[in-house]
Amino acid sequence: MIYQGKQKIWSDYQKDMPEDGWFYARSCIRQNFFPASEKYFLTICRDVLGKDIIDNEHHTTCGGISYHSDTIPQETAMTIVARQFSIMTECGCRNIVPSCITSFGNYTEILETWREFPELEARIREMLWKSCRREFEKPEYVAHASDLMYKWRNEIAERARYRLVDKETGEPIRVVEHIGCHYSKMFPHKGIGGAEYPCVLSGMINSWGGEMVDYPERRHCCGFGFRQYLVKANRGYSISNTHKKFESMEPYHPDMIITNCPGCPYFLDRWQYVIAEMEGRTYGRDGFGIPVFTYEEVAGLVMGYDPWDLGLQLHQVAVEPLLDKIGVEYDPKAKYLGLNRKDIMKPELPKGLRCF
Amino acid sequence: MDFGFRLAPSSAINLDEVDLELYRKAALLEPDIRICMACGSCSATCTASPYSGMSVRKVILCLQRGRKAEAASMLRNCMLCGKCTMVCPRGINTRHLILSICRVYDDGEGGK
Amino acid sequence: MKQNVVIIGGGIAGLEAASQLLTLGYSPIIVEKSERLGGHVASWHKLFPDMKPASEVVAELVRKSADANIFLETEVESANLLRGSYIVNLSNGVTVRTGAVLITTGFELFDAHRKEEYGYGIYDQVMTNSDLEGWFNGNPDKRIDGQDMNRIGFVHCVGSRDVKAGNSQCSKVCCVTAVKQATELKERFTQAEIYCFYMDLRLFGKKYEDFYINAQRDYGIHFIRGRVSEVSENIDGRLIVKAEDTLSGKPVKVTMDLLVLMSGMLCGKDCRRTASAFRLETDSDGFFKSRDNITGITESGRPGVFYAGACTGTKTVPETISEARSAALAIHNYLKDA
Repeated sequence: MIYQGKQKIWSDYQKDMPEDGWFYARSCIRQNFFPASEKYFLTICRDVLGKDIIDNEHHTTCGGISYHSDTIPQETAMTIVARQFSIMTECGCRNIVPSCITSFGNYTEILETWREFPELEARIREMLWKSCRREFEKPEYVAHASDLMYKWRNEIAERARYRLVDKETGEPIRVVEHIGCHYSKMFPHKGIGGAEYPCVLSGMINSWGGEMVDYPERRHCCGFGFRQYLVKANRGYSISNTHKKFESMEPYHPDMIITNCPGCPYFLDRWQYVIAEMEGRTYGRDGFGIPVFTYEEVAGLVMGYDPWDLGLQLHQVAVEPLLDKIGVEYDPKAKYLGLNRKDIMKPELPKGLRCF
Repeated sequence: MDFGFRLAPSSAINLDEVDLELYRKAALLEPDIRICMACGSCSATCTASPYSGMSVRKVILCLQRGRKAEAASMLRNCMLCGKCTMVCPRGINTRHLILSICRVYDDGEGGK
Repeated sequence: MKQNVVIIGGGIAGLEAASQLLTLGYSPIIVEKSERLGGHVASWHKLFPDMKPASEVVAELVRKSADANIFLETEVESANLLRGSYIVNLSNGVTVRTGAVLITTGFELFDAHRKEEYGYGIYDQVMTNSDLEGWFNGNPDKRIDGQDMNRIGFVHCVGSRDVKAGNSQCSKVCCVTAVKQATELKERFTQAEIYCFYMDLRLFGKKYEDFYINAQRDYGIHFIRGRVSEVSENIDGRLIVKAEDTLSGKPVKVTMDLLVLMSGMLCGKDCRRTASAFRLETDSDGFFKSRDNITGITESGRPGVFYAGACTGTKTVPETISEARSAALAIHNYLKDA
């Protein structure tokens, strides 16, 4: 692998993102899957780094999940997005930063569609007016939340309590990146680093001390695919894609996986349990799996937040071996204690995959 | 545990693992097996093709991809009428080719 | 006093035209931007269909055109049409008055980096057709030297027939080049399995089909009809190549020790300067526009400006040489009447 070759491509796909005026558009599913990720995006970027990001309670799902699940037509998704833009406009923001990759893809796709078919934009404006009496400005800039964290990665590194380094050997932690398909596969120029060799996550990892692992099925979809998982008859081929990725990355012995999509980390994490039960196969050391993180969780870890405050107890795959390797301080007994140390109950542990 | 779904089998051909033994043996008996350019004349004119799926082109391809059972089941339907030999633009003696492949099967595969 | 003819480009077209113009009694002036003559052919190893060494072809052309004025590392800065003659200013400070100008600026190879999914410049074991000819010519290359060569792949149509890569045209000579290079590698690595991934095999020229049959029958080269979709590197540094085997209708995957990308031919980017100096038009395929693509390929439509070779489209070596002769004759007829 020729690193300079990748750097050359990365320099061709950089985004010149504004520093302020951001409206944060939350994901419909991430708060269930990774309950602390969005909170810590705001904590780190808005509160600690002091960036100008507005979080407003009136916005909704972007409709992308239903659009990609074939349950609503694109015009409906467009009208929902138009309403988001209208709230963004109301809040005095010029730029939108969605938390979800599919939202990012959805916003980008809709803006591109309107650019090509202005009559469609006019129709959506009319529909929004009829349904909610709202008007909107289009955002000047759409960035994914991981783009902003990439932009500010070195500011995070400056404030880091931990580095992604094995505390015993001093070797970098080996990280597999997984980019959501809707990030740059539709519009390669909208993704930092492009679509073939994105650097949005690898840039964070390098900045925070880790080492990226490139493996043959790196570009492959996680397998979620919306309908492919949601319709049970298709679920076999959803998990087969995940299985293919794990088989391909396993020889590299990665310590962790970092993702920037809602679906990918969820499925890369939970499917390891299912594969362990189905096939008796696990991919980490000593019967553990490979822990899977959102980029906000990784940022939170290096900044020194408590792993249980970051919601890592909701992961299927045990994160403790990685925490120990880096030397992150945590209280094993507090794993299943929630807010105010209330017992949130320990789940039944699986047989095939080693967990705590 | 039964989740009600399973890993789906992959249809992908992995050329690293393809067993070319039969193909190579057939090529020793009839080297022209290598010069097929997949034009399909043989299959188009084949007496057996429309009713049985027999195709000399596909038999060659199957052997090149290690799909021996498929090749054998197609070959079983050949009537040795010779029309494919007449039309082959590369002049492959398809009759000799078919018989050579059958002989390789008889030698090594117990006539499967 | 012999009449001047400025020839822009010292590749095989420029050299052949110069030698013909010398014979016809003119004084050709070759303006070559690089430090040597012979263009792309000078860095090639052997030429189809008879495997003639490219160096012999170039040496013959250089010898025949030796009496021409040759300016190396020189480019045309500007040109003005003045009373039927061009005043051509060169980057070396020389100004030439000439009745006719012959454009022989040729082509440039598609930059294989642009097909990002093939990983040229990123994966260690990916090279281009041009890199491979360099190795045949004796340039050391760590992608081949000292490496195990058990499986080698050739990817046809890299930057050709590819609207997204900006070139919808067929580069026409890459198919036979791939077949030629595959057999040459097989001669050196007899144990290697060699695969050509093609969309169509376009083997149009004299004896090209024989090359194909020989590659199949005598060298056992495997031809897989399907365009390579993506390349990645495995833990041993070898390549995982994915394509569809369209004849089987199934995806195919194979591990390779070396992958050769058949970069196509484009009109050179630096030809734009020549084009603007002489106010030349570009055809819809990106190459220079001829007066007529059937009966007037060598004529530009501008007075006294002529073309020869790959500047008007992909051409083989013999086609280029014939065209250079034809252009020399056209120039002679033009100047004779002027």
